[in-house]
Amino acid sequence: MLETARRYRRYGRSPVQETSDLLRKIQSDPCNAFITVDSEGALRDAAAAEKVIESGSEDVLAGIPVAIKDNICVKGIPATCGSNILSGFVPPYDATVIAKLRERGAVILGKTNLDEFAMGSTTSTGSFGPTLNPWDHARTPGGSSGGSAAAVAAGLCSGALGSDTGGSIRMPASFCGITSLKPTYGSVSRYGLVAFASSLDQIGPMAPSARDVAILFDAIKGHDGKDSTSVPKEYGPTDLDGLDLKGVRIGVPAEFFGEGLDPDVERAVRYGISTMEELGARIREISLPRVRYGVAVYYIIATAEASSNLARYDGVRYGSRSRDAGGLLDLYLKTRSSGFGDEVKRRIMLGTYVLSAGYYEAYYRKASQVRALMARDFDEAFAGCDLIAGPATPVTAFGISEMAGDPLSIYLLDIYTIPANLTGIPALCVPCGFGREGLPIGMQLMAPHFREDLLLGAGMAFQDRTKFHKVKP
Amino acid sequence: MEALIQVKITDTQVLHVAALARLKLDPEEVGRFQRELNSILEYMDMLAEVDTSGIPPMHHPVPMVNVFRPDVAQPSQSLSDALLNAPEHEDGFVAVPKVIE
Repeated sequence: MLETARRYRRYGRSPVQETSDLLRKIQSDPCNAFITVDSEGALRDAAAAEKVIESGSEDVLAGIPVAIKDNICVKGIPATCGSNILSGFVPPYDATVIAKLRERGAVILGKTNLDEFAMGSTTSTGSFGPTLNPWDHARTPGGSSGGSAAAVAAGLCSGALGSDTGGSIRMPASFCGITSLKPTYGSVSRYGLVAFASSLDQIGPMAPSARDVAILFDAIKGHDGKDSTSVPKEYGPTDLDGLDLKGVRIGVPAEFFGEGLDPDVERAVRYGISTMEELGARIREISLPRVRYGVAVYYIIATAEASSNLARYDGVRYGSRSRDAGGLLDLYLKTRSSGFGDEVKRRIMLGTYVLSAGYYEAYYRKASQVRALMARDFDEAFAGCDLIAGPATPVTAFGISEMAGDPLSIYLLDIYTIPANLTGIPALCVPCGFGREGLPIGMQLMAPHFREDLLLGAGMAFQDRTKFHKVKP
Repeated sequence: MEALIQVKITDTQVLHVAALARLKLDPEEVGRFQRELNSILEYMDMLAEVDTSGIPPMHHPVPMVNVFRPDVAQPSQSLSDALLNAPEHEDGFVAVPKVIE
């Protein structure tokens, strides 16, 4: 992103050339990263940005081509969420994050593929076919923001937006070898983000480097009166010089290196941690005893919230409507049964069950209490360290349909990413090595609420010392 | 021992939950969801080992209560924009099948 901005100013590269080159690459993209490409709009935005740059603007985002996950509303461009139930839906408004990017002159190339309603870890459960991993087309890019991750990794855009409810930004970033941030809950407006699980969802940036991620994060963060969960506070700019890691205390939770962790991932993440130690960080082992319950807690809370949020898709006000309904109830039943795919139905069913009479106490209430205890574990840990480091995912990218038909095994892949969503803290994923088969591995850093400055600064320091983020598929 | 192993969710419950969620399942889906939900719910049993007595449930990751704004009209979507995506509409209203006989 910074390189593109420099090319625009130093080497006479024009945003229109850059955008048309990318649009051509997207047309022949073998990975199916995009669902909708807005060539006309992108070229128009690029031409406008060109004038702004010619008039002397130093804004690094002017003319920068970005891709948007297809659960974020862009006015006039279909928002599908990868679901048949939203076929034909064209948002009449821009999400707040889109309005903010437009204000800065960013060029919106189009909408990227995802798991249906962002529910999944493979970017294959939607109705637009699977996205393939640019590093190995036989493998998944991870999910659910796999389209955005693949687009960044394949060089089809300078940066992208994704959404993260249980790891949906960090997991595909790790599988595709890019940098990404799940911001603090409440720091980025969700106005215009299609809701999945409202106490967990966050929009976040995905890009080749921590500096690029910081630039995008600075552009989209801030209080928004249109989102009642948006936190009113001062959001200062991120220091792009990076953080001096000397004396920074980094906690390494023993629970993140247990059973199920691929030895290649462990080796790369340990290497990443020792690199930060060489840069002056003080490493200490910590314990987060209740993270082992994270997956169980998450799949109760997230599905409960999803079952409620997805009740709005009834064929009445927008999206598809069953044509042969014999009354209103029949309209709901037929529209929803034919509109939702398997994974979405499974989660709606699970969420409805855990909220239903007789099960609410044992499941939903119990999970919400364990969630509170997990938050205490993190509070206690952060009393003794500034950052927490560990793997982002237990494995590297797996075969496209390797885990089809085994929902629980796929859910368990979220074990390291879920805690940041349940507790609302920010988490950064940076490339830290490669596995036996040459597939990228991501290291996850977590910080207390609203300390993205520490995360991004540490990410920049790490990337100033290492080259993993510069390796292309 | 066998008799003590309880099924977490039965076919009948699957159908009940589907009705609550306004989903119509075919017999193949009922069987498959019963098996899948059962194994997921069995996994969730691990929560029973956590002592949560006296712990208030956490519903929101950043503590915030009732967010108010001044009661002043603000620009909102036009009627035509709001109806743009309606599968059927008539005289400025969304049209649905007859509700009251």
